[in-house]
Amino acid sequence: MSTTSTDNTDAKREAFGPVGKIVGELDDRLGIAKGGRSLLDKIFPDHWSFMLGEIALYSFVILMATGIFLTLFYVPSQSIVVYHGSYAPLRGQHVTAAFASSVDLSFDVRCGMLMRQMHHWACDIFVGAIVVHMARVFFTGAFRKPRELNYTIGTVLLILAIGNGFVGYSLPDDLVSGTGLRIAFSITESVPVVGTYLAFFLFGGNFPGTAIIPRFFVIHVLLIPLIILGLVSAHLFLLVRQKHTQFPGKGRTETNVVGAPMVPVFAAKATGFLFMVTGVTALLGALAQINPIWLFGPYDAAKISYAVQPDWYMGWLDGALRIWPSWEFVGFGYTIPLEVFLPAAVFPGVVFGICFAWPALERWYTKDNAMHNLLDRPRDRPKRTGAGAAMLAFLGMMFIASSTDVLANYFHVSLNGMLWAMRILVIAVPLLTYPITVKICKELQAVPEGGKRKRANVVTRTPEGEYLAVPAVSRPGDGHVELDAEPVPTFIEFTEDSGDETEGSSEEGVRRVSR
Amino acid sequence: MSDAPQEERTPVSLATATSDDPHMQPLARDPERTERLIAIAMFFGILGIIGFGVAYWFNADAWVYGFTMGIGVLLLGFGITAWGKYLMPKGPFVEERHELRGTDEERESLAAAVVQRGGGILGRRKLLGGVAGLGLAAFGIVAAFPLVRSLGPLPKKTLTKTDWRRGSYLVDSTGRPVHVDDLAVGGIVTVFPKGYQDTESGQAVDQTVLIRLTTENFTTRPGRETWGPAGYVAYSKLCSHLGCPVGLYEQQLQSLVCPCHQSMFDVTNGCVPTFGPAPRPLPQLPIYVDGRGYVRAQSDYKEPVGPGYWERS
Repeated sequence: MSTTSTDNTDAKREAFGPVGKIVGELDDRLGIAKGGRSLLDKIFPDHWSFMLGEIALYSFVILMATGIFLTLFYVPSQSIVVYHGSYAPLRGQHVTAAFASSVDLSFDVRCGMLMRQMHHWACDIFVGAIVVHMARVFFTGAFRKPRELNYTIGTVLLILAIGNGFVGYSLPDDLVSGTGLRIAFSITESVPVVGTYLAFFLFGGNFPGTAIIPRFFVIHVLLIPLIILGLVSAHLFLLVRQKHTQFPGKGRTETNVVGAPMVPVFAAKATGFLFMVTGVTALLGALAQINPIWLFGPYDAAKISYAVQPDWYMGWLDGALRIWPSWEFVGFGYTIPLEVFLPAAVFPGVVFGICFAWPALERWYTKDNAMHNLLDRPRDRPKRTGAGAAMLAFLGMMFIASSTDVLANYFHVSLNGMLWAMRILVIAVPLLTYPITVKICKELQAVPEGGKRKRANVVTRTPEGEYLAVPAVSRPGDGHVELDAEPVPTFIEFTEDSGDETEGSSEEGVRRVSR
Repeated sequence: MSDAPQEERTPVSLATATSDDPHMQPLARDPERTERLIAIAMFFGILGIIGFGVAYWFNADAWVYGFTMGIGVLLLGFGITAWGKYLMPKGPFVEERHELRGTDEERESLAAAVVQRGGGILGRRKLLGGVAGLGLAAFGIVAAFPLVRSLGPLPKKTLTKTDWRRGSYLVDSTGRPVHVDDLAVGGIVTVFPKGYQDTESGQAVDQTVLIRLTTENFTTRPGRETWGPAGYVAYSKLCSHLGCPVGLYEQQLQSLVCPCHQSMFDVTNGCVPTFGPAPRPLPQLPIYVDGRGYVRAQSDYKEPVGPGYWERS
């Protein structure tokens, strides 16, 4: 370590005691001192929207922890067993080992129900957090050069998360998941030319066969998690390498990062936040029932339940399948089931294709090839914001379309009316969303201090009957002046009894700070 | 990471903060009070976590586990985050971004090396390069055999056939053959060919709905005059959209409805789709009533059941 600081004498180094010794020994072998210090000092910009990706990361941690627990009890087999567990209505029934073990781990393994429900909730949160995080990245322009690659990795992660969610959801082999598998088989079958081959290779023969549950198990617990783990690592490595983006503000430029150092401030916030996400997931798992497979019963290919709904992140695809017209191409001795292939395969392909292509499209459209470390406010890029809002509106309408039957029932309108309403809304709402969003953006740009909360007025009445409106005294954050940013200091000099945290400093008004 | 920016950073003796440096002050206006509040929150968090242990020990209801653990971990996490936010140095601190790009010389040197080693040294042996490329391509193709082909049998004719044969009894899921007197008008039952009601493939492929529309012979389409004896009609239960079981029967509309995507099929008219995304009618199973009054199949379905696929003509 090339230390030039005059303070760093041997005597001083002695003062660091065993820590100094351990650092020295590690540095001899691994060379940690050089990068280690700058790692501790690494600055993370502070904004609430930057924690959305953290939620995704922590949900993934929860998914792995609860998932490992579940694998210890789940039996990935479609062989038929007789259920003998503690859930009385199913006792004596012939069910698959997968279903029986899923019910057993829910009722007969202590804490198993909580783990299963937490796993399912964490998955819904995981995908949701990725989507919201992606929206943040999109609307603030964080995907621009130099971060296109990380944006691409993130989009791949979203696809993998959705895919693994579906695969995992299929494992309990209950009536609802079995229906989902049937649909998956049919969608695979719909691919022109090779569809039936793909479906037979995936399922090991015609539906249902006995191979799909063990195969999906390996895909769900090994293959996709491994890829996700690798890509998450790459995602975080690139984040560190390229440093985080930040919003414009006092002292913030394209060439610096202003915020809190990794250790201890960011580390404390992040660790606490990991616990908070875990806590919320545990509360959901405890109090909000999710996927009660024992009520659905075991899968039986000839049975089905009403209002079958997949997990939320499959809703947009299910909606597309519902409202797509029944156009099938038949000719030349072949069939192309366009009514399935277009909404279930081409449509998501196009949506994700647009996601992947967006950074390049925007670079081409704006001719902007500069490096961007400062984020945009969404209002300052009306076209991009409008396009993103239109896409979200489009997908949102597709999502709503996945419950046409429930909505028709609820609003007492005909299913036909609901279907046509959704077909029109899916087109009309995004078309309206774009100009409205652009207009709102431009209006917000024109309003000074737009988007900031107005200070409340306190209205008082004097004894003479006069009314006075006085701005309220303070709000949280009032009077907090943001200082000029400084580099993280090496250490803090304490007056006299340094390291001691007792109150009562020699200097007046000086707060004692723990190192 | 290039060494240059770190060389700039590490040796620089950064400003030594004094304990009254405003950057080192906590955000909290009254740190002692904030500390107490955080400590209280974390204390209750610990109580929650202990509560989880107690709940586990006494095997409490399932929701108690998650509730105690959730509250405990949430409060503990809240405390740690609040500690970081309100009581640690508020900053802000700044760090320079080091440029990602190298110098022009470094770029040139890399490009030159790639061109020389790639084009120059590798490209000089075009034959070897070609042969190596061919070998890798061959390996890739051959490796795909076990990775793909071993996964399952070829579809062949399996999608066009079911287990229904001439003379198959129509049995319900318990294996009981359906007699002509079993169903009242408007009745419906799911049937399978006898011997296949317990098999998974039988359930998946052969499932058929048997509906009694009237007591007279019923013709659903021209050419199907003999298919509906005594008012019984039988249709494949596999939706022609995505293969869900068409499990709902709207008696008044005489329509079968698929619960998955709401396709509707007119039972009196050969089950042509009247609503929804299904593109094709449900195939009808030709049936007859034998001398003892049992309902039996005349033959297999005349067309493939279930959703569409490429080879289906």
